[in-house]
Amino acid sequence: MRPRLKALLGAACALPGASCVGWQSTLSPQGPHAESLLRLIFAFAIVCALVWILVVAMLAGALMRRRRISREPLASRPREERRLGMLVGAATAATVVVITGLTVLSFVATRGLEASHDDALKLRMRGYQWWWEVTYLDPRPDRIFLTANEIHVPIGRPVEIELSAADVIHSFWVPSLAGKKDLIPGRDNAITFTATRPGVYRGQCAEFCGLQHAHMAFLVIAEPPEAFDGWRRAQLTDASAQTTSEEERGRGVFTQKACAACHTVRGTSASGSLGPDLTHVASRRYIAAGLLESTRGSFAAWIADPETLKPGSNMPNVPLTSDDLRDVSAFMASLK
Amino acid sequence: MSTLDISSDPRDTGLDERALARRLADLWQTPRGIIGTLSSVDHKIIGRRYIVTAFFFLLLGGVLALAIRIQLAKPENRFLAPDLYNQVFTVHGANMMFLFAVPVMEAFAVYLVPLMIGTRNIAFPRLNAFSYWIYLPGGITLWVAFALDMGPDVGWFAYVPLSGPQYGAGKRADIWAQMITFTEVSALAVAVELVVTIFKQRAPGMSLDKIPLFVWSMLVTSFLIIMAMPAIMVASTTLILDRLVGTHFYNPAEGGDVLLWQHLFWFFGHPEVYIIFLPAVGMVSTIVSTFARRPIFGYLPLVLALFATGILAFGLWVHHMFVVGLPRVGESFFTASSMAIAVPNGIQIFCWLATLWDGRPVFKTPLLFVIAFIITFVIGGLTGVMVASVPLDTQVHDTYFVVAHFHYVLVGGAVFPLLGAVYYWYPKIIGRMMSERLGRWVAGLVFVGFNLTFFPMHILGLIGMPRRVYTYGPEMNWGSINLFVSLSAAILAAGFLLFFVDAIRSAFSGEPAPENPWNAPTLEWATSSPPPSYNFERIPVVSSSDPLWETPETLPVATGLRTDRRELLLTSLSEANPQARESSPRDSIWPFLAAIATTVMLISSIFSAWAVVWGSVPIAVTLIAWFWPKGTPEDAA
Amino acid sequence: MRLVVVMPFAMLALAGCQREERSLRLDPPVEAGLDEVRVMSNGIGGAPPKVYVALGRPYENNAFDLDQGKRLYDWFGCTGCHAHGGGNTGPAFLDGWWQYGADPVSIFVSIRDGRTAGMPAFGRYLTTEQIWQLTGYVQTIGAYSAKTAAPSRNDEMQSRPSENRAPATLGALQPPSR
Repeated sequence: MRPRLKALLGAACALPGASCVGWQSTLSPQGPHAESLLRLIFAFAIVCALVWILVVAMLAGALMRRRRISREPLASRPREERRLGMLVGAATAATVVVITGLTVLSFVATRGLEASHDDALKLRMRGYQWWWEVTYLDPRPDRIFLTANEIHVPIGRPVEIELSAADVIHSFWVPSLAGKKDLIPGRDNAITFTATRPGVYRGQCAEFCGLQHAHMAFLVIAEPPEAFDGWRRAQLTDASAQTTSEEERGRGVFTQKACAACHTVRGTSASGSLGPDLTHVASRRYIAAGLLESTRGSFAAWIADPETLKPGSNMPNVPLTSDDLRDVSAFMASLK
Repeated sequence: MSTLDISSDPRDTGLDERALARRLADLWQTPRGIIGTLSSVDHKIIGRRYIVTAFFFLLLGGVLALAIRIQLAKPENRFLAPDLYNQVFTVHGANMMFLFAVPVMEAFAVYLVPLMIGTRNIAFPRLNAFSYWIYLPGGITLWVAFALDMGPDVGWFAYVPLSGPQYGAGKRADIWAQMITFTEVSALAVAVELVVTIFKQRAPGMSLDKIPLFVWSMLVTSFLIIMAMPAIMVASTTLILDRLVGTHFYNPAEGGDVLLWQHLFWFFGHPEVYIIFLPAVGMVSTIVSTFARRPIFGYLPLVLALFATGILAFGLWVHHMFVVGLPRVGESFFTASSMAIAVPNGIQIFCWLATLWDGRPVFKTPLLFVIAFIITFVIGGLTGVMVASVPLDTQVHDTYFVVAHFHYVLVGGAVFPLLGAVYYWYPKIIGRMMSERLGRWVAGLVFVGFNLTFFPMHILGLIGMPRRVYTYGPEMNWGSINLFVSLSAAILAAGFLLFFVDAIRSAFSGEPAPENPWNAPTLEWATSSPPPSYNFERIPVVSSSDPLWETPETLPVATGLRTDRRELLLTSLSEANPQARESSPRDSIWPFLAAIATTVMLISSIFSAWAVVWGSVPIAVTLIAWFWPKGTPEDAA
Repeated sequence: MRLVVVMPFAMLALAGCQREERSLRLDPPVEAGLDEVRVMSNGIGGAPPKVYVALGRPYENNAFDLDQGKRLYDWFGCTGCHAHGGGNTGPAFLDGWWQYGADPVSIFVSIRDGRTAGMPAFGRYLTTEQIWQLTGYVQTIGAYSAKTAAPSRNDEMQSRPSENRAPATLGALQPPSR
């Protein structure tokens, strides 16, 4: 029982051994916010572990100490009682000191996390059951664009995200970068963080939001500013032109069938706004809010039977012939 | 009844023991037959029903917990579909909080408080019967709905808009809200009874500084219930109104606010934790004192700590809402108050440790549970200090860290003492001892199983696993810890199973219990095991907080109560000086019928608002019959 | 005595079992079968598909399907012409006057194939299941009796009293005075 803290630390250290180095973990911080939070967690954990060890030691002492001959339960011993009273008083005073210390530590940490940034990258995320709509904001309207379930951020630059919800309460949480913040219908929230190292960090909805709460993830991809600018320019363009006849036919299926009623692919006639923007869907690493890696096979599987992969999802099973399915998944995979 | 000549002298003063016992038994006994069973107002019979029902719900809720653990044992498991999973964890949470934890604590109080303060029945015994008959259908409603694929699926907190009219399809959320109404009516009724019983029916001489600590804790708990439960009744009623008749309490588009729900819910929800925990504190104090063989150390600080906890409990609900984006100043206040509640809890721990230190501990099963409680609960309390910090909470809120935390507080802090209390008071309630050998196994299995199950969840939370997810991907690296947790849950389940086996077995073949098997100091041990229907032949007189240690041979008693009607002795609030003789109501079927009528109204009002109108007619009829003056001796004051 | 307790629950069981079920995925052959409505030659009225009847007319009684229908009603712009049942450029549903028939088959066909007076065909945008869900919901808007399974109000500005508070029409049926 005793080396619990050690076990905790051990688990924290053992994790990076695995393949995806804690990409959604409080214990592998990748920015100043998460780092200061982790320091705070460790400070609290160490103090708490010490207190616990002390209490258990006192308990063990109380139970196991040797006792002199038995006596009556009500025997009066004022000196003993006074001594015990002083001990309990001292322990209580120590509790007050520790608690006050921790409270001050918490306040200091809160202050450290508050800072306004003028040069912050601004975006807006809107929670839907069960995916994330992302809008990159810009003073120039022609530089605003829409994407979904994946955000790219330049390293070293603060990112400020306006958070809102379209239906029920969701919660934005990327543990490697910052704490969480709720997306609440009828209220505006915001969260700020900075990523200091390039990498792929996973976030997940943290407030229960219905059937597919478990499959409402997104990625934050931190990359050097140049790479970010390149990505941003690419995202601003319309969907890339189709090169094969298969893709061409897939595009026809996409715009003629139900797909276009909900999804937008800029540069085609598909302009639905109920589902995620798919203009550059193949450039994103995952589809269906973190459910499947975006390969052509996954596109086909997802389109063919979304309700088996993500029961309750608002994406319907659209009846397609196998040819149509092949073509449309080729088209999807071409939307780099 | 026939052989008694009650006209000559109705007082008990001159009667010898045998004659008195016979008269009192005739007077207080619950009539036989099914009607008699349903009309009983004996606090012991009702308390026992309550306890058995609550433990039955514990068993059901435990099965759901195991279903959750099977589902999460490996990534992308398909044991439970998401729709069913959401119902399972919602029903598990709601069941454990509303149908098990709160009722079982009140049940023990209903049974024990009148015995511990030396009176013959609880105040308002018919209301007590009603409270049970309204609690039972509330529980049945939830479970029947669950069996019909109609169980609530919105979490035990039922946040709007997910539970609101637009996103909560069907009647599932209404079932949740109405189940709350049932259990809160019953909880409020019991709370009122307990307050009055404790204030006015204490044995002569039991002044405020001589009240047993369990009774103190139930007094504070009762006040918490009276002040916290109205918030949730307002919340659940407005939710039903929003859903059924289209009010807009929680609709931001029409001036409502979704955060209003969270404030109302947690204004109840946080004190709820202490409503469950404080009775456990009382149980621990009782058990520690008995088995350390000395009076509890720090009686006054313990009582004051109870009050401090009770008051602070209402000042920290916002720490459940640290990530909704409230102003900083407000959050800081709630951080400070949440941290501060650690101080009274610390005082309690230190006083128990001092008692054990100075006493001569006897290691019987109840004390083992208390030791398990201290070790485990302190962890829960300390992680509570962690989540009280706003910045820290933004990382662990709604993750498995919090799941671990509150199970440490609720299971470690309340269920362990409760199991100890069962082993401790079982001989009194049933009249037979539970097995000491099995008891040690139960304590060991539950303690080890619990810690192995829940401690790793702290780590799961820190490595990013959110709560209430029905599955997770293999790429998340949560699989191995989850498998470990699920396997450990089997140990925990084995412990509970053994407990149930022991409890049922001992009821039939346990060793018969003497009056005071533990040599305990409080009044409930001054009568036979199980106690007779009238509790005490003569009302004891108390001159110490540990009366049976003070005068182990014979307890002084008060006489002069009538034997031709159920009569109680009322005493003054602070000094417990005798003030008056008060009649106590006889058995009646009407509380049961009133509960049925209320049930019909409440269930129907899920489906039609008009049920409130026509449904109140039978309720009115049953209530009129219930209170109809019948000219019986009780009607005279 | 126990029977008194059990009876209401048994009744609830019979009423509840289908109403609250959530079938999240319809088998493709079933869905294909659901498309086979047989319509009268004037386009109004007809026989529902056999599958529809065999399933127990789920889209008229199942709370989840009705609720989904309501979401589709918003998502696919039905409010644009019909408002929340009050009607605008399109006819109202609340008045209980159905130009093209009040039965599910007629409504289904109206949504799928459109109508000459300006109702566009939605068959292209919606799956058969979705059209049935919409059908069920649209029927409850103009219901002659309140339905327990019907969804309640929206979390947005209201143009009429909440939907399951009372039957939409109580009096005799009259064509709307336009």
